[in-house]
Amino acid sequence: MSTVEKTLDEILNLAAAHFKVPREKLVPDDDFFKTLGIDSLQTLDLLTKLENHFHVELPDYELQGVSDFRTLARKIQARL
Amino acid sequence: MNKFRGQALSWELKRGVIELALHREPCNELGSLALGEFEEFATRLDAMQREAHALIVYSELKPGFCAGADLRELYQRSQAMEKREAVKGVRNFLERIHRVLNHIDDSPLTTIAAVHGVTFGGGFELALACDVIIADKMARFCFPELRLGLIPGFGGIPRLKRDLGNAVVRDLLLTGRSFNATKAQQVGLVSQVVGEGEALRAARATALQLGKFDRATAAAAKKFIKPIPHEELRREIDLFCELFSQPAVEAGLKKFVESTDAQPYLP
Repeated sequence: MSTVEKTLDEILNLAAAHFKVPREKLVPDDDFFKTLGIDSLQTLDLLTKLENHFHVELPDYELQGVSDFRTLARKIQARL
Repeated sequence: MNKFRGQALSWELKRGVIELALHREPCNELGSLALGEFEEFATRLDAMQREAHALIVYSELKPGFCAGADLRELYQRSQAMEKREAVKGVRNFLERIHRVLNHIDDSPLTTIAAVHGVTFGGGFELALACDVIIADKMARFCFPELRLGLIPGFGGIPRLKRDLGNAVVRDLLLTGRSFNATKAQQVGLVSQVVGEGEALRAARATALQLGKFDRATAAAAKKFIKPIPHEELRREIDLFCELFSQPAVEAGLKKFVESTDAQPYLP
């Protein structure tokens, strides 16, 4: 598993646990706003969870327009 | 009145600790209703603080501590009147909320903001008026005002500048990005970071510790170390009102109010 794939896998596990959805329902290229059905406040929660889990800072503006798990994984990987 | 349950706020004085709870859905937006109850609280605080040594401010709502000013109310009210009148109304609101926050800032009590989740704009400014910030690890701090063509108006910049280095203040203000609790602690904004749902418990434990000290000494120490930046606070109101009269603000508020964006709170 490549490093990005590993990060992606961790993101999917984390999102599934936090939003209480079956892990198998989450697909890397899915729009997570739609899949998880989350609003802006829950998006902030996800951002904080990711920062805490990976021990990185993710400036909000770098994530603008990001809506799929794979791109999110690349953004996180770039800061690890 | 040592106990009160309103529509936006509640408070209770128990064993020397005043607990002020915010509970106006969706996320404690600060509009005219909350302001009225805050003013009532500030009036009652004078009597209550004779029997107390600490004040804890927290939110009962799951999404967070406070999402800041009620922008929908601000937009609707400013639409209903002439620009000049709207600016006058905004100045009046700011002067009133400054009086409340200065009163909390200046209180002889040791004040603790126990925050979680969204702590944005005016919510961040409320926390900054307190002496100590204890944050749940899911808390996020942000000043998103520039995106509306404004600056924080409830005393945010002068109070942030009082506590932090100017580089961090500029980062928060000029990028509009949000900090998580760990980052906020690293830069010196937050005293303690605790687990999810633990901020109020930690604040109560801290308040218990504060009760061991002589109140007059604690008040003198606070007065010595935490001056209120009155002049800058006044200039902030002037600058806010000057910016508020610009057309960009109306457009920014309209965009926020009408937004169907999944991330309207994100800068």
